[in-house]
Amino acid sequence: MKTLNECKPSQTVIVKKITGTGAVKRRIMDMGITKGVELHIRKVAPLGDPIELNVRGYELTVRKQDAQMIEVE
Amino acid sequence: MEIKIALAGNPNSGKTTLFNQLTGSRQRVGNWPGVTVEKKEGTLKGENQCTIQDLPGIYSLSPYSLEEVVSRNYLVNEKPDAILNIVDGTNIERNLYLTTQLLELGIPTVVCVNMMDLVKRNGDQIDIDKLSEKLDCPVVSISALKGQGTKEAALKAIKTAQAHQVPRMDKVYAKNVEAALEQIEAILSSSVDNGMLRWYSIKVFERDERIHEILKLKENEKKEIETIIQKVENEMDDDSESIITSQRYDHIGQIVQYAVKKKSEKHALSVSDKIDKIVTNRILALPIFIAIMYVVYTIAMGSTSISIGTMGTDWANDVLFGEIVPNFFDGILTSLHVNDVLYGLIMDGILGGVGAVLGFVPQILVLFILLSVMEDIGYMSRVAFIMDRIFRRFGLSGKSFIPMLVATGCGVPGIMASRTIEQDRDRKMTIMTTGFIPCGAKMPIIGLFAGAVFGGSSLVATSAFVIGIAAVILSGIMLKKFKAFAGEPAPFVMELPSYHLPSLGNVVRATWERGWSFIKRAGSIILLSSIVLWFLQGFGFTDGQFGMVADNNTSLLANIGNALAWIFAPLGWIGDMAWKATVATFTGLIAKEEVVNTFGVLYNFAEVSEEGNEIWTLIARDFTPIAAYSFMIFNLLCAPCFAAMGAIKREMNNPKWTLAAIGYMCVFAYVSSLIVYQLGGLILGEVTFSIWTIVALALLAGILYLLFRPGYKPKTEAIDIQKISIAK
Ligand SMILES: Nc1nc2c(ncn2[C@@H]2O[C@H](COP(=O)(O)OP(=O)(O)O)[C@@H](O)[C@H]2O)c(=O)[nH]1
Ligand SMILES: [Mg+2]
Repeated sequence: MKTLNECKPSQTVIVKKITGTGAVKRRIMDMGITKGVELHIRKVAPLGDPIELNVRGYELTVRKQDAQMIEVE
Repeated sequence: MEIKIALAGNPNSGKTTLFNQLTGSRQRVGNWPGVTVEKKEGTLKGENQCTIQDLPGIYSLSPYSLEEVVSRNYLVNEKPDAILNIVDGTNIERNLYLTTQLLELGIPTVVCVNMMDLVKRNGDQIDIDKLSEKLDCPVVSISALKGQGTKEAALKAIKTAQAHQVPRMDKVYAKNVEAALEQIEAILSSSVDNGMLRWYSIKVFERDERIHEILKLKENEKKEIETIIQKVENEMDDDSESIITSQRYDHIGQIVQYAVKKKSEKHALSVSDKIDKIVTNRILALPIFIAIMYVVYTIAMGSTSISIGTMGTDWANDVLFGEIVPNFFDGILTSLHVNDVLYGLIMDGILGGVGAVLGFVPQILVLFILLSVMEDIGYMSRVAFIMDRIFRRFGLSGKSFIPMLVATGCGVPGIMASRTIEQDRDRKMTIMTTGFIPCGAKMPIIGLFAGAVFGGSSLVATSAFVIGIAAVILSGIMLKKFKAFAGEPAPFVMELPSYHLPSLGNVVRATWERGWSFIKRAGSIILLSSIVLWFLQGFGFTDGQFGMVADNNTSLLANIGNALAWIFAPLGWIGDMAWKATVATFTGLIAKEEVVNTFGVLYNFAEVSEEGNEIWTLIARDFTPIAAYSFMIFNLLCAPCFAAMGAIKREMNNPKWTLAAIGYMCVFAYVSSLIVYQLGGLILGEVTFSIWTIVALALLAGILYLLFRPGYKPKTEAIDIQKISIAK
């Protein structure tokens, strides 16, 4: 299983599972990253982190560390 | 009947724009009690009986962020008559996520879909009637920027409130979840009023700790509920909170499919995306960022022909508060033949002190205009995106860059600029460390010692900046390990809003609000402290007789300086200069440039130049290089001027945090100077080995320990604690 931080820019992936618990998981899901949703990786920040995603039609940035919690395919 | 409408919505949905449209100039700005979150209230134009409460911009009503908890508590406890929920039509899916939560509160709600002009331009269609049918509440479409439909939206909210038309959205979740919620409702029905039943049962199902604290359920009830939840969790193989979140979004997906027609295909690039492709491009992002910052800096604080801010402040200092105002009062006071004491109080005490601070106002206003524009356009989030990697290591946010940059001009707007940072922890940390950056007023101090003791070396000024930045970095690393800052883990998941043309009204209002808040809060502290210091400086005992003193060396302030000088002896402030240095440090609290003036006065010079060239030889006689450096470091890092302290107080909005911030700065300054003087002096052979050498070494070891210790680890398993307490 791949996690989101391993994906390359301009890839489109589907969320399989969100690991982790509590506030961190809730926050990620609140922003619309839920099971089955499509993520499009737009780009990586100039210094290599965070990454920018398109989810549910808007732009979101997550740190690679938090992206580890998102399993995709 | 008085009607209270709460305005709720996602960040960047146009809440501020709508609020300004609806209330015009009839606004009251403050903070929510005890927290750093801003609170705004206004009266609806043309309806004196209708107040509008602006809630913080939020994405959800989860119990995890300060803004969310503030909004939630307000909605649940204060029960507004209606909620006006503003929804960004160009980003409807995520915006409706909050809407579905608001609709569960049992409060009459009107949803207003904003940015309709952009929706139309994109060629998308939103069917308002279908939305209204699915959400079971009135829906209106508006364009806040153009003022279209805004008044109607507010009137609709009033009508809905008067009719007490409560939305009832059921069948949102899967069958077994709805069944579980019904069972929980039955258990709660005795302790919760009917309208809020669904909200409470969903929160209980999510194992929301804060709700559990309020409800105080009996043990057997808790157990029963836990069994219900676990059954669903096992069936769906997920935790209950995630089940609710996922199914909420699934439900919204259906609504959007039913009511919204999108023209463009997925991931197609909008204009905003195209701009962003350049602005946050891997290679171009940093140069563009630096260029923008350079322009901002030059306009507000530079010294070129386009530096409006500097020109305004120079004029205010030299002409307005240098000639016009003093001459005006001089004329009045002289013609009234007031006595010397009153004359001195008004001219030196009040005008001198207050003028020194108000002189900064033009610069501050120019800065705030530029910052508001960057915020309104949406560039501020990009700054966080670009700088995050560097700043988060020190427990700061990418957005902390702006306050720090601004603080090189003046710490006051720097501290106030921290307001745009989303996370409470990052915001507090930024407020605490911004004052370390050497501001414009600290330059004369550097100039004085560089010239007097270090042969005018430019290395001194450079090292001052290095020390300031190092203080920020070290403090960040040390502080973020304390429990108070570690707190709940909050991931950095941030929206990058589409670029928007800035609205003139928003910019003017935001600038005015911040400027006025500066004048008011800083002004009152300054006024008081200037009077006190004027008194201490101008009065004293001569030959056992109390009165005004001509010679500053006999003033009360000199007495205080003498009495307190021992405190600074370990920093190398010894001998003839000890009390002078102590007094100068105190007067530096009015404004840091006062330090140089004070030395001038104490060395019996009526007036000295900005960098005190007249007293260089005297300073060189009294200060050894290492003592001079210790004095400089202490004054660069210790408590900032009163105006900046006022800004800290305003932004922290909590006496404990304010004291903690100022106390921390003083302690950090003291420890740094002590280490530099004792160890540096030892190496240079100026100071002999003593007990203080050991203290310095111990403090150094302490700092290293604080830097490298593992630090407080917050519990990520908030849900498990809940389980334990229920299982018991
Ligand atoms: N085109 C358009 N832009 C809007 C509209 N309403 C707000 N904006 C812009 O959207 C941005 C965010 O608005 P703001 O009121 O600051 O949002 P807030 O974060 O919810 O307070 C600003 O640049 C506004 O000018 C609208 O109806 N149409
Ligand atoms: Mg706003």
